Amino acid sequence: MATLNLLVLVCFLYVAFLFVIAFGADRAARRGRGTWLRSPVVYTLSLSIYCTAWTFYGAVGFAARSGLEFVTIYLGPTLVMIGWWWTLRKMVRVGRSQRITSVADLISSRYGKSNLLAVFVTVLAVVGTTPYIALQLQSVTLSFATFAANEPSGTDLPNQQSIALWVAIGLAVFTILFGTRNLDANERHHGVVMAIAIEAVVKLFALLAVGVFVVWGLAGGIGDTLARIDASPIAAWEVSGSRWIGLTMLSAAAFLCLPRMFQVMVVENEDEGHLRTASWAFPGYMMLMSLFVLPIAAVGLDVLPDGANPDLFVLTLPLQEGRDGLAILSFIGGFSSATSMVIVAAIALSTMVSNHVVMPVWLWITGGSAVMSGDVRNVALLARRMSIAGIVLLGYLYFHVSGGGTALAAIGLVSFAGVAQFLPALMGGLYWRAANRTGALAGLGVGFVVWLYCLFLPSFGPSPVLPQAVLDHGLFGLHWLRPQALFGAEGMDPLVHAVMWSMSLNTIVFVTVSIISFPRPVERLQGAQFVNVFEHSGNTPGWTGGLAQSEDLLIMSQRIIGAPQAQALFATAATRQGLAGYLPEPSPDFLQELERELSGSVGAATAHAMISQIVGGATVSVEDLMAVADETAQIMEYSSRLEAKTEEQERTARQLREANQKLTQLSVQKDAFLSQISHELRTPMTSIRAFSEILRDTQGLKAVEKSKYAAIIHDETVRLTRLLDDLLDLSVLENGQVVLNSQTGRLDALLDRAIAASGLDKQTFRIERDRPAEDVMLTTDLDRLAQVFINLISNARKYCDSTNPVLTITPKRQNDRLLIDFIDNGTGIPTDHQSMIFEKFSRIGETKAGGAGLGLAICREIMARLGGDISYLPGQSGAAFRVALPQSPDTAAPTAPA
Amino acid sequence: MSREPGPVFLERRTYRRRRMSDAARLLPILGAALFGLPLLWGMEGEATATTRVMFYIFSTWIVLTVLTAVISRYLRQDKQDPSDTGEW
Repeated sequence: MATLNLLVLVCFLYVAFLFVIAFGADRAARRGRGTWLRSPVVYTLSLSIYCTAWTFYGAVGFAARSGLEFVTIYLGPTLVMIGWWWTLRKMVRVGRSQRITSVADLISSRYGKSNLLAVFVTVLAVVGTTPYIALQLQSVTLSFATFAANEPSGTDLPNQQSIALWVAIGLAVFTILFGTRNLDANERHHGVVMAIAIEAVVKLFALLAVGVFVVWGLAGGIGDTLARIDASPIAAWEVSGSRWIGLTMLSAAAFLCLPRMFQVMVVENEDEGHLRTASWAFPGYMMLMSLFVLPIAAVGLDVLPDGANPDLFVLTLPLQEGRDGLAILSFIGGFSSATSMVIVAAIALSTMVSNHVVMPVWLWITGGSAVMSGDVRNVALLARRMSIAGIVLLGYLYFHVSGGGTALAAIGLVSFAGVAQFLPALMGGLYWRAANRTGALAGLGVGFVVWLYCLFLPSFGPSPVLPQAVLDHGLFGLHWLRPQALFGAEGMDPLVHAVMWSMSLNTIVFVTVSIISFPRPVERLQGAQFVNVFEHSGNTPGWTGGLAQSEDLLIMSQRIIGAPQAQALFATAATRQGLAGYLPEPSPDFLQELERELSGSVGAATAHAMISQIVGGATVSVEDLMAVADETAQIMEYSSRLEAKTEEQERTARQLREANQKLTQLSVQKDAFLSQISHELRTPMTSIRAFSEILRDTQGLKAVEKSKYAAIIHDETVRLTRLLDDLLDLSVLENGQVVLNSQTGRLDALLDRAIAASGLDKQTFRIERDRPAEDVMLTTDLDRLAQVFINLISNARKYCDSTNPVLTITPKRQNDRLLIDFIDNGTGIPTDHQSMIFEKFSRIGETKAGGAGLGLAICREIMARLGGDISYLPGQSGAAFRVALPQSPDTAAPTAPA
Repeated sequence: MSREPGPVFLERRTYRRRRMSDAARLLPILGAALFGLPLLWGMEGEATATTRVMFYIFSTWIVLTVLTAVISRYLRQDKQDPSDTGEW
């Protein structure tokens, strides 16, 4: 009979069908069609990879050995699912908001993006999962062998090992083809998920079909089936409480921690709303999966000969009855369970291995520079493909070395206990802000060691690693260190014993070390982000940009996420910042976004490391910490920003006010000037008019009077002319229109000329001079300078109120300036007027001497034009003015005797 | 940490939603208790029949599934529900 051949054919057809499904789903997803790919039903069905071949075949075997206890491995996940509001919702939210790629990534990301932790979790996951993959290969091989044994001819029985090898190769190819189409692990593997969903339906259908056949075909309906159960060796409910509770808790923990479950539940999650459907639909699925397990076990025990492997009842019962079609369906169900588990586990583990082990090592080897070296994108893809092949191969090797057999069957729960060690770090990370990296490392380490010593190694029986002597008498002969009776806990079920000790020691160490040690700032930041994910689904502030080179970042990201995607990302960011082109400012926001994007491809820790290479260190400022500390801090930050803005506005307002004040002052000055000048012009005009009217209208004036009046008129016009001259002069000087004609002359000659021109009486007004010091050559506009001197000298003559007035003129050199002081011996100028004397029309006291008060204003303007200045020198014996002139060295004549 | 106090009275629908999230939290605790209950059976004397426990477990399972389905329907994510803080 060609059952075996038919089986092989069906098997190939089924695999081809899966390929087509996966291919079609990928294509539909890429073309943007296929919203059905994102339905909650597909999500729920993809969760069914929890039900592996071990549960498909093994559940019946479990039930045949220990009755209803098998159901615990479904009850745990059921409790987790119906409690989704507590845990899964948060895990999925964190996974989505932080772009988590694996369970190792989640833990590493939570504890300050620590790669050490990620590597540790990865190793633990690989150690825990490899036996499980071997188990799947074994189940496929065993079921194949069952068919072959049933073959009447039984001649061409294929080698078990070679079957396993071919299955392993096929699975690796499938996984590589559909699991690494794109690098971004956050992008859904639509093809794979769809194939898994189909397989979920197939295995449920197969198990239900076998169940229906057994209950209504073999047994005579429900009543008869129940009677057979009651008559079977598993009729009595003799479950130990500790195992019942322990196994439920263990399976619940494993459900949360298994890398493959994390992959479909969190990473492949399309929409948080799907969880709502899965929360009841998946428990329903598991309920249906286990519905017929007990009947199949009881009927199998009843019908099949003693010594038949209960793990294969699902297959042997239809075969025994000659129902080849049903048997093939059942085989396909088991095959589906095995393949879907291997595929997803390989994807999940390869992501972890390539992101947390291969990529960091590669970066380190290539000198740690992501910019200089080759195409990271290809390297990452290659790493992931190699990892998939490596992991499947490792599973095969494990199967090969262990030689299959019953030792392997026990490994299912051992594996569960191994990955359950992640639970304290995972839950602590999600709910306890003080949980830190050191604590997580210590807890995981202790849990792992205890698991290894108490459960994993003893599961192989006495071995060179763990000889019988250690099992009996403890490590180093220490009685309390017996692997299966740690600290004297004797008489416990070995599994429950190991789970209890590893989990409790793990938790205790994790909590204690977390409390004692102090977390780094990044850990505290991430802690706040994870624990309060619902309050602010924002993201970790971490980068302080400004140092980063946008171009380097672009080059690096092109190599990781591909050139078009990277350019689009950068261009969008640039547009958002209001810049043209592809290079945005490396603002903290942008860097964060980029890091999240990259972490979808290479994992959080690697992405963080790569960006920090370019940006130059991840610095977390105190403000950043404040920003996530709590809402108060956020409000404070907001108000301080507002304050800063207000301050700026205030500054502007102040400047405007000042400008306005100046304008007002100028306007006042202008008004004052106009009124002053009209007054100044009016005074002489009045007397000119009055005296000219007298001359015109008065008859019989004496000649003396006439000439006197005419003289007054003349004097006044002279004064008027002088005033107008001054005004004109000042206006010219102020407008900078003055033309200076530079001449060279001696200072003493200039002073002589000025004194002569000021026309003072040498008898009543003495001038003291320092002749030797005056022997200086000057190159400047001498006429203008003389004007200043004349003004100063005549001022002194006019205003010096000393009875014996003396003006002292002392030139001296200071640095490269020539200073000429004019000091008289009068009372000087009162302090409160000193600031005003250089203003126009300022006259001190009553005007006993004529003058419009423009003299000093003109002097100041002249000196400014000449490059020097004139100032009042307070604190001298009388009024003192200092004239300062710039003096170029070559014009300074050496002292020559006069 | 200062959290802004919410309104004292909530809109009827929001109120219902919050009570349903309470129920969703309590459900796994109830489930664990119910699944653990058979351990108390047959403590003395006659051992309980596996079939009886099987019926009990599966009925509980179905009831829990249906309850979860009903509660989940009320926990539909409203577009603008500020109460979705995970706390309340």
